[in-house]
Formats: sequence, structure tokens, C-alpha cells
Amino acid sequence: MSRIHDAFEKAAARERAALVIYLCAGDPTLELTADLVLAATEAGADVVELGVPFSDPTADGPTIQRASQRALAAGATLAGVLEVVRRVRKKSQVPIVLFGYVNPILSYGEEQLARDAKEAGVDGLLVVDLPPEECASLRDAALARGLDWVPLVAPTSTQVRVDAAAALATSFLYCVSMTGVTGSDAPELEGAAEQAARVGERTGKPVALGFGIRSAEDVRVAARRCDGVVVGSAVVRVVEAASSADEACRALAEKVRELATGCAR
Amino acid sequence: MPMTSQSTAGRYGPFGGRYVAETLMPALEELTQAYGEARADADFEAELAALLTDYVGRPTPIYPARRLSDAVGLEVWLKREDLCHTGAHKVNNTLGQVLLAKRMGKIRVIAETGAGQHGVATATACALMDLPCEVYMGAEDVRRQAPNVERMHMLGAQVHPVEAGSRTLKDAMNEALRDWVTNVRTTAYCVGSVAGPHPYPSIVRDFQAVIGVEARAQFLKRKGRLPDAVVACVGGGSNAMGIFSAFLDDEVALVGVEAAGEGIETGKHAATLTEGRVGVLHGSKSYVLQTDDGQILEAHSISAGLDYPGVGPEHAQLMESGRARYLSVTDAEALAAFELLTRTEGILPALESSHAVAGLRKLRDVAPEASLVLLNLSGRGDKDLASVQHALAERGAAS
Repeated sequence: MSRIHDAFEKAAARERAALVIYLCAGDPTLELTADLVLAATEAGADVVELGVPFSDPTADGPTIQRASQRALAAGATLAGVLEVVRRVRKKSQVPIVLFGYVNPILSYGEEQLARDAKEAGVDGLLVVDLPPEECASLRDAALARGLDWVPLVAPTSTQVRVDAAAALATSFLYCVSMTGVTGSDAPELEGAAEQAARVGERTGKPVALGFGIRSAEDVRVAARRCDGVVVGSAVVRVVEAASSADEACRALAEKVRELATGCAR
Repeated sequence: MPMTSQSTAGRYGPFGGRYVAETLMPALEELTQAYGEARADADFEAELAALLTDYVGRPTPIYPARRLSDAVGLEVWLKREDLCHTGAHKVNNTLGQVLLAKRMGKIRVIAETGAGQHGVATATACALMDLPCEVYMGAEDVRRQAPNVERMHMLGAQVHPVEAGSRTLKDAMNEALRDWVTNVRTTAYCVGSVAGPHPYPSIVRDFQAVIGVEARAQFLKRKGRLPDAVVACVGGGSNAMGIFSAFLDDEVALVGVEAAGEGIETGKHAATLTEGRVGVLHGSKSYVLQTDDGQILEAHSISAGLDYPGVGPEHAQLMESGRARYLSVTDAEALAAFELLTRTEGILPALESSHAVAGLRKLRDVAPEASLVLLNLSGRGDKDLASVQHALAERGAAS
């Protein structure tokens, strides 16, 4: 079983939801990203989603757009992101999901990416703009190398589509809490958590709820019904506000510790 | 319908598809079904046909441009889409899509626009059909196409200037997609080009196909034969697909003209088919201007409507199959063509369409035998007068 699977099992055994923390790789620099991943992990992140910056992130709100732009301006590439993973792996076994858009992966080469990602220590792939209909070649390449494939389920997904996504999931399903981009308000988090829980019951897969989850209280609401909780823009903003590398790591750790208090189920 | 992980829907060879967030996938399925039903419904067809005739002023004429012909050494006929209501071909598509939105019970319409012609055409259709309209437009385009921004405001549309990236069409489309993912249940996204996820490339081509259907019949009637070549400008490629689609099975050269901006060698251009690589942008697989790392490049063109680093997937297929040929002309060549058509025929072409006119001078590179040519004059140039005057003044100052 994969590290991602184990992380969800371990959290469940402790009667907690797994805390999934998103960081935009390369923001502000690739060098600092490895330290941020380690700081988040030590502070209680069970899984890390490492965002691969893309010039045109149409599913992301302003916070992650800005982070992606900073990362690209500082020279981040997909190869550089894999280098970050290698650096993290020298010190930590935290499960890492690469989270991104398909075009940089096509440029890199799907087979090549699956091979290099596995070798670097990546555990799974989540590609926002590869719905079930379009994911076959990359997913096949990923699975052949032993990587997990993490599909998205949206509030608009029909039952047929939920089942199709679940059939492709090898570890967990990422349930989007609302119709919107990352970092938007999630006004009905309770309802979203309930809907995600039903997806979990229907499909038998662990579900993580993400988009618009900002505070320990939000995490508490999601954790009551879901196996995992994803926080992205809210931690990216903490990194953005920091005035030095040390402060970024310290403030991120503090934020993650606070979020982790909401994970008890 | 059973789902598999194999994609077949909406493909043009290896191009096209639906590369979007899951949130939008059900809406695309819904749109595909509603569109199919509408096109099979005689009432919908009759309503659209009546609008195209009584409101847009179709059929637009074909015009033998004799003085232009003398100047370029070809016999050139212009398909006068510049005479459409609102001043460009864009309205053929927006009337169809907004009619469809109404039929689907959508209560709000959004659009992206580059030159503003699609924004104006969407705002026009929404005013006519009493739907609120919001248009995303790059801040740079808001500046250089000010007359169209004013027209949209007058028509009751809200215009959102987009400050991200190159502040042009690509960024406007990003923002429109973000709006759609947020408001997908109530909102229709009226896409302006043969780009975007399936079914948009097909829908827009079908609504624009009236250009080619008319032009082919008109040409046969006037000349007793088909043209040797059909020429159109290509940004996303909607006017070109509209006219090409009627000639695909004929022995007629199809020639698309892309924007070479300040020159291909400067890197500041929008010649996606000529210089791009296969990738995914805005929901479909096609040619894309991008870095080695797969980051999308900013396009450059004096023409806001062609200033786009992607291109419709069907054009990618037509190029790879060899059925259509694509060449590119620079800003300077397009400006010269603007002046040429204006002074020889008394027709002010849009800067987009000026690229097609400029392409006539390079036609022998891709269609050496062609002498009888049908050119799609996709829009009129009133919106561009400030840009043209500015560019001509700069050129004057430089020489």
C-alpha cells in the first residue's frame, strides 16, 4: 500500500482526519520549498500537495495565481519541483502528491514524468484539467510506476461521474467543496462535508474535502464527516506574508499546528 | 451513457477534447446535449434563420474587389462579413449561443473578448434577448479597442478589465473560465472562437458555417465555378473555420493567415500554427505558443483579435493533414494592407481582416496556381482607427 493510503489509515486509527497541506512549489523559491514542506510536516501535515506552477491556472483563485507567478518568475520548472521532492526525501517520508495542470506535464513527457516522479519520491498525481475522459495515458503511466492517481469530484458531478472518478482513484478522492476556484468562500461547508461523506459511503473510497477551507474551525467542520481535509490558499497566504525564509517556516508551522487542532473526529 | 477513461468525443484527430476541471464537465455534457436537441428542432432553426436575415442582414454579399485585384495581381472577391450588424462575423455565433442559453434556462451570459467584436456581439444578442451580460477583456485590449468597450457599456454589458499576464485575450479567457466554474449552474459561457473544450469548437464552427455556405453558392452563381483559394485570418480561427467548412471537400486551397506581430524572429508574434507546439490551453489540445517547460507564452499582435497563443483544434488538424495551409504576416504588412484596401476600395477593414488581405501578397508561397480568390473580410475597421493612426505616426516618426 502506498504512503498516501497509510497516512489516511494512520489518521483514521487516531480518530482524526488526515490534514493535507498544499504548497506552491517554487514560491518564493525552490530552495525554500523543501524547508516549508518539512516545517509543515513537523507541525502536523499528514500529506503534502506540491503545486506545480503553471502560467494559466484557470482553476485557481488570486492567491495561488500570485504564488504561481512568483514561482515562475523565480525560475521554477517541473524538473526543479522534482528536485525539491528529492531534497525532502532525505529527511522525511511524508506522502507527496504533485498537483498541477497538464500542459507542463505534456512538455516534460508523460512517461518521463511518471518515471522521474517515482524516482524522486513522489507518491501520487492530481491533474486539475484531466477529467476521467482525458486522463488515460498519464494515469496508466503513473500506475505502471506505482504512483497513486487522485481524481477530483465536484459538487456538480453526477452519480455516473462520481463512480467513474472513484473507479480511477487508487488512494483517495479529492472532493471540491463548492463551484469555484481555489481560495473562494465556502459558505456551506457543512453541506459540502456532508455531500463528500456521501461520496465516500457510495464509493468506499476515502474522501478529502478541499477549496475554501481556511481555519481550524473550518477544518473541524470538514473533519467531522470527511477522511481528509485540504488547506491551500490559506497557508499560501501565510508564506506570502512572511518577510524572511525563517519567518515563513515558523509562521507556516504555526498555521499548520493550529489547523491540525481541528482534525480530531 | 457508460463512461470510460478513453476519450472520443469532440476530437479532431489527436486535437480537441475536454481538458477542464471536473466542475465544468457536467455543464459541457449538458451543453452538448442541449445543442444537439436545438439543432434538431425546426423552431430553433427558424428563429435563428429569421434573426440572421432580418437582424444581421444576411446574406452578406460577395464583392469583386477590382482595384485591389489589380494591385495584388489576383482576382479577389471579398465575402463582406464587415457588413454584418455590429460590424463583424462574430454576431452569427453569439445569436446562436445566446438563443441556446435562453432555451437552456440560463439567467446570465459571460464572454471573453480580444478585439471587443465578440464582446459587442454577445452584448448585442443579450440586449436583444434580455439577458444580463458580463464580458472579460484584457486591460491592454480595453485600452486599444476603446470604441468597442463603450459600445458594450451602451448595450448594458458589464466589462471586466483583466490585469493578469499579458492583459490580452488569453488572460480574458482565463478569467471567463474562472467565472464559469464559479457560476456554472446559472451561467452560459458564450465562447467567441473555435477554441475551448468540446463542444465549443464545433458549436462555433457550425454557427459560423453560414459564411461558407453562402459564399460558396454566391461564388458559383457569379462565376460559374469555385475559387482557386479561400483566404481568411486566424487567431482562434472562427471566421476561417466558418468559411473553410463549406469548401473542405472541394478542390479549393484553404489558406489561413496568422499574425507574425513584430516578426517571427523577434519572438513577438501570435503565429501559433507556424511556430507553436502541441499542448493544452483553455480546455483543448491544439498548437500552443509555449516555453520548453510548457508555460504559455504571451502572444503579440497589433490586432487584438489575433493576439492569442492558442488556435482552434480543427485548424491544427487541417494543418497536419495538409488540407489547409497557414502563413503569417507582420504588423507592418497588415497595416500596409489596411491602407491598401481603404485606398483602393473605400473599405476600412478590421486589423484582423487586414492580415488576410496582406496574405494575398504571399499566396503564391502556399498556393502557386491560385488566381481566383475568395477572401473572408471578417470585420470592419472603425474600432481600429486609433491603433492604426498611432502605428502609422510611429512609423512616420521612425522613417
